[in-house]
Amino acid sequence: MFTGTLIYALINSVILCLIAIGFNLTFGISGIANFAYGAFYILSAYSTWILMHSFNLPYFVSVMGSIILTMVLGALMYQLVLKRVRGQAISEVIATFGIGMAILELFRYLGFVGFEYNLPPFIDSSYMILGTYVDMQRILIVIIGIILVLLLWVFTHNTSLGLAFRGIAQDERTALTFGIDSDKIATLAVSLGAGFAAIAATIIIPLGSIFPSEGYDVLIKALAVCIIGGLGSTGGVIAASFLIGFAERFTDTYIGSHWTMIVSLAAIFIVLVVKPSGLFGKQKELEERI
Amino acid sequence: MEKRKERIDRGIKARSQDIFALCSYREMLYLSAPRLIPIIGFLILPLVLGVYWQKVLLSVAVFVLLAISWDILAESGMVSLGQALFFGVGAYATGIMNHYFGFHPFISIPLASIIGGVICTLLLLPVLRLRGVYFSMVTLIIPLMLVRVIEATKIFGGTEGLSGMSPIPSHWLELYLIIGVMLVCLFGFRRMLDSDFGLVLKGIRDNDRSVTNAGINIYWHKTQALFISSSIGAFAGAFMTHVYMFVGMPVFALDYSILPIAAVVVGGPGTLAGATLGACILVPLSEVLRGFGGLRIVFYGLFLVIFTVALPEGIFHYVQRKYNQFERWVEVDK
Repeated sequence: MFTGTLIYALINSVILCLIAIGFNLTFGISGIANFAYGAFYILSAYSTWILMHSFNLPYFVSVMGSIILTMVLGALMYQLVLKRVRGQAISEVIATFGIGMAILELFRYLGFVGFEYNLPPFIDSSYMILGTYVDMQRILIVIIGIILVLLLWVFTHNTSLGLAFRGIAQDERTALTFGIDSDKIATLAVSLGAGFAAIAATIIIPLGSIFPSEGYDVLIKALAVCIIGGLGSTGGVIAASFLIGFAERFTDTYIGSHWTMIVSLAAIFIVLVVKPSGLFGKQKELEERI
Repeated sequence: MEKRKERIDRGIKARSQDIFALCSYREMLYLSAPRLIPIIGFLILPLVLGVYWQKVLLSVAVFVLLAISWDILAESGMVSLGQALFFGVGAYATGIMNHYFGFHPFISIPLASIIGGVICTLLLLPVLRLRGVYFSMVTLIIPLMLVRVIEATKIFGGTEGLSGMSPIPSHWLELYLIIGVMLVCLFGFRRMLDSDFGLVLKGIRDNDRSVTNAGINIYWHKTQALFISSSIGAFAGAFMTHVYMFVGMPVFALDYSILPIAAVVVGGPGTLAGATLGACILVPLSEVLRGFGGLRIVFYGLFLVIFTVALPEGIFHYVQRKYNQFERWVEVDK
């Protein structure tokens, strides 16, 4: 049972990391807390479903279509709404939260609720690892998660666009003097964040089915991970998702499944009391902590 | 005895944007009408409305209180996405006191407001040292997680909730109690925001570092604002518990977090009057839209987006400006 819990804890951590990394990317670069993140996650899942079942497109095409659609919507949200309230944290939060809520409640109103709304797994088979049955989808989640994090690292450290991202994140005014267009980068950041939400949805949703209320859960999980890890720090997100992922799975096995959410709440409180800027939020400490 | 110099006109100009020299009843009416209309309106409305719309008026008053509590927090630079936390904690506090200890509503409601305020302040105390979106994130998370805690531990009735609360003795008392408290909160806290204390709060919102530089303890001020705001929210929750005679997990619902924010955004932030106006528009509107079911929340979401982008000052500030710009034709003096 212990090794089984360990394996599922690892998978859970990677899921949390996948969920949080897009939110963290957007916040880390543009400083926009995208509260419509959970809605983008659900939106992309539903659009994949609609493309597959109403337009009879093949699976791969509909996944690509929905990822691109989500990214375009993210960019549109920045250009039409966020650009006008840029720099006013209150308005940004309220506007994105309003958009997210409108999307999620619209899906609920249109009646997209039920177990028939789910996505197919990539490969339907399962393996025995160290005496535990693990299905192929969960193994793929771990592999894709690791690949995505590595790709993101390579992208931000070795391409000029990625370096521009980090430049804006470190000091927006200095980056402007180097000819980096902060509006363009912020649009890309919101859009990429939405794209990460869509990828996460594509590979995580097959484990269950699509529910509008899942959108709020995803947002909360992303927030919890980012707060504990320190907003805007990728290393922090990875560490925090492992912390919460293992803690959740072990409470689930040894205490009870009702307590899993409480563990993240307790973790948030302890981290905020002990180290308010998060586990790895070091270089931002001075700015965020008064 | 600490003293400071005050230039008399500065305060008046900063606070009322004008110096008024009244020389006729007409001018007095011009000034007092915007204050008197809501007071008289709220006092007369229960007498002319039917039973159904009286209930709507009751929930208008409750949401006005929640919106005022949100606005006070936002004025001090703390944007909460979880007024349901204050509402729910107040509701559960009075529920427990009434259900387990049999306290009379008139004792348990005030006690619950204060205890709820203390609990919420303590819960949010760790976040006060951070600024920016942290506060919003944590306030969004806490009410949703508290629901899970109640579900998991099955305390206080678990998913069933506690029912059989004692009601407030009279129907009219209930209505006028909440309207009275609402009016007192509206005008009282407007005065508070215009006082030196309120100016410090606004200063914290605008630039916390320079307030710190002035030698003012911003955490203490933030804690006070948080306590005031959460007590108002807890009162609203406690009151609603005795109206419904039930307390359960729905008190942490998203409705109680979103409607107050929408009310302030629509009405206009910063004046509390805007919050009141917004709630007076949105709550009856949501009753009219009840036929649409879940689509109501979609409308709220869109309201939030449209008003933050297109009319960030809100309806109240717009109307106020227009009211101050009224013109009339007069005879030219020969």
